[in-house]
Amino acid sequence: MTTTLDVPRPDAAGAARDARALRRSHELRVVVVLGVLLAFAAAVSLCLGQAGLTPGEVLDVLLGRGDAISRFVVLELRGPRLATAVLVGACLGVSGALLQSVVRNVLASPDVVGLTAGASAAGVIGLVWLGLSGLALSGLVLVGALASAAAVYLLAWRDGLSGYRFVLVGIGVAALGTAVVSYVLTRGSVTDARVALTWLTGSLNGSGGTALTTLAASSLVAVPAALLQGRRLAVLELGDEAATALGVRAERARGLAVLTSVVLAAVAVAAAGPVAFVALVAGPVARRLTGTGGPPLLGAALVGALVVVVSDAVAQFAVPGTVFPVGVVTGIVGAPYLLWLLVRTNRAGRGG
Amino acid sequence: MTTAVAVDRRRPPGAPAGRRRRLLVGLVVCLVVLLVVCVVSLMVGSHALAPGAVLDALRHRGDDEASLIVWDKRLPRTAVGVLAGLALGLAGTVMQGLTRNPLADPGLLGINAGAAVAVVVAISAFGVTSVAGYVPFAFVGAALAATVVYGVASAGREGATPTKLALSGAAVTAALTSVVTAVLLTSTPAVSQLRFWQVGALAGRGSEVVAQAVGPIVVGAALALSLGRALDGLALGDDVARALGQRVGRVRVVAGVAVVLLCGTATAAAGPIAFVGLVVPHAARRFVGHDYRWLLAYSAVLAPAFLVACDVVGRVVAYPGELEVGIVTAVVGAPVFIAIVRRGRAVTL
Repeated sequence: MTTTLDVPRPDAAGAARDARALRRSHELRVVVVLGVLLAFAAAVSLCLGQAGLTPGEVLDVLLGRGDAISRFVVLELRGPRLATAVLVGACLGVSGALLQSVVRNVLASPDVVGLTAGASAAGVIGLVWLGLSGLALSGLVLVGALASAAAVYLLAWRDGLSGYRFVLVGIGVAALGTAVVSYVLTRGSVTDARVALTWLTGSLNGSGGTALTTLAASSLVAVPAALLQGRRLAVLELGDEAATALGVRAERARGLAVLTSVVLAAVAVAAAGPVAFVALVAGPVARRLTGTGGPPLLGAALVGALVVVVSDAVAQFAVPGTVFPVGVVTGIVGAPYLLWLLVRTNRAGRGG
Repeated sequence: MTTAVAVDRRRPPGAPAGRRRRLLVGLVVCLVVLLVVCVVSLMVGSHALAPGAVLDALRHRGDDEASLIVWDKRLPRTAVGVLAGLALGLAGTVMQGLTRNPLADPGLLGINAGAAVAVVVAISAFGVTSVAGYVPFAFVGAALAATVVYGVASAGREGATPTKLALSGAAVTAALTSVVTAVLLTSTPAVSQLRFWQVGALAGRGSEVVAQAVGPIVVGAALALSLGRALDGLALGDDVARALGQRVGRVRVVAGVAVVLLCGTATAAAGPIAFVGLVVPHAARRFVGHDYRWLLAYSAVLAPAFLVACDVVGRVVAYPGELEVGIVTAVVGAPVFIAIVRRGRAVTL
């Protein structure tokens, strides 16, 4: 790695290649470590609960052995919940990372720019007024998310897309979505309102069944679709001119990325409600860990999944006797992080 | 509300006396509008009353239905609307002047959310049930939230820019909303009590709410109205204001106290209502220009008219039910907010 002055050119190119390879192997290491952590957290969450299981018993069940009770607990109760947590986290993480990359602003998560507000409004209407669930609810949530995304995109468009205008218009649209949600909440009965409120916070209670099937099917399509865009987005982050020169059609790539991000957010929201701040946190954390130039989509997926799995464990067992929705935990952890992020970006003089 | 793109906001300055007369006449017109809106608010509802019946009921209070409706339901409700509107309008104007920020609004900058969290905690943890009990909590919450938002936003070299303030306001609001939800989810009675308050509503507020809110709001309004000249100075920048002989630090403190008094009380009485403090000063600025003494006076009259009008609209639109006033103000206010953001240059005041 020593590059003294009299090193000839070919060796310099070789050093650059070495450095790139080193960075890629670092990225790979980070991904592996995150994967191991996620597996560990998942194993712990399978063991925890009223019927405490030893890791050996859980392993037995997973290998197709084990007694009826532990099979029921792992496969019927905790497994679906865990799967939902992992998928929701991954979807939200990738969704946030995509949007942050497109707008080139760490604050542009689906929470802040009104996508989740639109999705929530549609979801609450479906839940309380139309009594929907499963696929129909997912569809309606997707429509809500797409509509609010289109509104933000079009309203923020003025000779191109400015990051801060996008975020500020998003805050305005979010306020509208929140107003709709409040309206629906005050119309329904108290029990309806409470169910809706739990969903609105983001909850994994009662996950499984068709909701899980829908989530799994759609995220199996959407997450790889997002990961495939990583390289193009990395080029796009260099600026439109550079991207065009390198053969990337900037506006089309951006539109596609925003669309993917909206779909991912909608899929997650439909399954578990708008779990706060996961989408915001995952991207920057992953980028900091991997230290790569491009959007860390795979890393964001893993960080998002890890955050949701751990938060859900905390939400279930932190206060004995009360099972909080997972969104309460991510909200309480995520909000200070957002503030810290603001202070830091402000310090760096990039705060608008 | 007018959202048309204004091309010439500043009219050519006429003779000072003529301008003052024009502004005074305008203020009187606004007062008349406020009065009309209040009368309409007494008339409209699930049981509509004719103007004559309202006047009759107001003149002698009897036991008949009209009297009961007017005195027990609509009069306190309208009074709460006037007080909360006055408070939010003045608070918004003061904040816009103080932070030189066109996007400042007690709702958007998280101050109402701070008061809301404090009230939720008061209800669920301390069993407080009256507005008088809410108010001290709401003050503390509003003051804390204001400090955090302003502190976070003013980190860095260029100080609290509009964008940074709006973002940290959104962040603080999001954080506090999680707390509110966490508290709400632990008890169904709290949900039933708070889901209406949390939207921002004037319905069901009795005369005791008016009596409890009047004091702090009058004090806060007096403080705010006394700030006109100081805010004019601040609009030129801290250095110029200092050179003009103003004590900038003291002005900031007085303005902060006024905002906390006004927002805290308004939120305790009517719930967290957004966008009133944003929309009204902007509308007034179209007519008045940038003179904060007039701007404050106009906001003090127009904001109550706006809030009460929104309440009336909420009663008409969803007849025979009604829409909470906080929803109506959001539906009217959010487009105005977006319009201001889109007119990029308005981001510096």
